[in-house]
Amino acid sequence: MGPLIPNGVIPYEWNNIIAIIIGIVFGFVLEASGFSSSRKLAGVFYGYDFAVLKVFFTAALVSLIGILYMDYLGYINMEQLYVHPTYLWGAIIGGVIMGVGFVSAGFCPGTSLCAVAIGKIDAIVYVIGIMVGIFIFSELYTVFQPLYEGYFYGNITLMDSFGINRYWFVFVFTIIAILAFVISDLIRKRRKKIFY
Amino acid sequence: MNIQKNKHTYWNPYFGGFLLGILILFTFYMTGRGLGASGAMKSGVVTIVDALASNHAENNAYYSKFVKDEKSPLNSWLVFEALGVLIGAFISGGLAGRIGWRTQHSPKITKNRRLLFALGGGILFGIGAQVARGCTSGAALSGMAVLSTGGFITMLAIFGTGFLVAYFFRKNWI
Repeated sequence: MGPLIPNGVIPYEWNNIIAIIIGIVFGFVLEASGFSSSRKLAGVFYGYDFAVLKVFFTAALVSLIGILYMDYLGYINMEQLYVHPTYLWGAIIGGVIMGVGFVSAGFCPGTSLCAVAIGKIDAIVYVIGIMVGIFIFSELYTVFQPLYEGYFYGNITLMDSFGINRYWFVFVFTIIAILAFVISDLIRKRRKKIFY
Repeated sequence: MNIQKNKHTYWNPYFGGFLLGILILFTFYMTGRGLGASGAMKSGVVTIVDALASNHAENNAYYSKFVKDEKSPLNSWLVFEALGVLIGAFISGGLAGRIGWRTQHSPKITKNRRLLFALGGGILFGIGAQVARGCTSGAALSGMAVLSTGGFITMLAIFGTGFLVAYFFRKNWI
């Protein structure tokens, strides 16, 4: 019964080794999908390349449907999985700040690590920027603290928040994603091609 | 015929997305948690500050959450995972012939402008990822996999804002 390490099926000592293996696959898949290129990533915001949309939503749906199936078949206990906590305004304002940073730099932290690995100097500068940002946040923590710790709703899911059936939600979400993929291809055909 | 093409060819995005989804599923099955990226950089900052000014790190309410006497902040799952990301991306880039020191930018802007915007974007992302307790990987992608409300909100906020402000940054990209 999963998750395997928290339930002691695999000894805890394997945790860091599995972390490196998972990281290697993560980095390989992101780089091979073109996520080491800021110009490819930024394409989603201008309509000339929708790789981010396609990779991101395909990944979200595959993992979501996979977890529901494994829970249903008894391989994994969904109750034991870590649910990212909801701090309402922290999630919104943090997301807005990250959105501006994303368009400005063309990277997010995971993709920038891939770009650092293949020698992109702009990505190295970006990672230094992230560390400066974390430093600023930490030094000004008392300013951010009410936002960071406030508006806490617990480790809630969409089911708790809206009372919707998770299977129906995933079904509707899948339809929306497929529509988004089709529409994105239509938009891309109308846009001026960008070469990089 | 001389058809202009992109210099690099990448995987089909649906194939990459499928494998990434399987990896997230595997990660939850193994560890009960999702992936992450900015967490490793936070561990890096905490380690540097703790090494240079140990008292300051202990007295600061944020660093002190992550400084423990018995082990280094770098001894964490996310740091090992980030090392793996560097290795994996290096292998993929190496196999595809994409490794080399370069600054990638639109021909319409200078290299310095690109580096300046990369630095500024990094600073914003660093602050935002702390406020939202995770970045695109840890909060949005891994959060969505378990239907976390906060994960969906952060995802919508990141991409919604991206589309809203894209107009002001257009010179950098198109």
